[in-house]
Amino acid sequence: MEKITVNGHLIDWEKNLTVRMVLKKMNYVFKMLVIKVNGTLVKKEDYDTFIIPKNAEVKVIHLISGG
Amino acid sequence: MMNINKEDLFGKIDPKIREKIANKTIGIAGAGGLGSNVAVSLARCGIDKLVIADFDKVEYPNLNRQYYFLDQVGMYKVDALYETIKRINPFIKIEKYKTELNSLNVKDIFSKVDILVEALDKAEVKQMLIENWTEHFPEKPIIIASGVYGFGDFEKLRIKVVDKIYICGDQVTEIKNDFSPLSPKIGIVSNMQSDLVVKILVNEE
Repeated sequence: MEKITVNGHLIDWEKNLTVRMVLKKMNYVFKMLVIKVNGTLVKKEDYDTFIIPKNAEVKVIHLISGG
Repeated sequence: MMNINKEDLFGKIDPKIREKIANKTIGIAGAGGLGSNVAVSLARCGIDKLVIADFDKVEYPNLNRQYYFLDQVGMYKVDALYETIKRINPFIKIEKYKTELNSLNVKDIFSKVDILVEALDKAEVKQMLIENWTEHFPEKPIIIASGVYGFGDFEKLRIKVVDKIYICGDQVTEIKNDFSPLSPKIGIVSNMQSDLVVKILVNEE
């Protein structure tokens, strides 16, 4: 089974895996995120279309209001 | 104005550090609890130039944590901050923008800065700024804050690094989760951001 890492956690990879699907799998409920896949920024409008390659490293930053 | 020179103000800072930070320009997006404190502490370090953007005016509730004074209420924050900083460090150059940041102007306003400090309030604006900055300047650092409210639990404050994105804060506390905006923690996180600016500049090739 091919894998990807999401913030250091290994999860199963599947064909046509989108950023949105990964967020759901990880139960990330924060609405405001910044996401990088293998060092490339994935903007929020591309969460449903960006396909994650096998063995990818996904980094998710949670943004919290306040300043 | 007293007759002072840079040596009077910064003479006690290691010349190697002074040299590294002397000709640098730092962008500060937002001049609230984080941005006003970041601006003042960087001015005290001897940074050459700041580019500060904020469209708000100073209001009474800001005084609980932001670097403003009663007699500045009603002024644009960038004007008030300019006045305060010049009373500390008359040598620093400051470029002010009374503009609401959006996906069209981020690139132009901050095109000449070496490092951007994200000091905004709303998470959706933070997201817009970080996405735009990272898209246009992927090789330049951005120092963001996430989770700066409440009190105590300082051991949970940390710095996470994702490529050129540095995240300061506890990454948990948000005002709507009953965490109040309080000066001590915001002061600490803003100074974590300023300290990272210095560290990144000093460690640069």
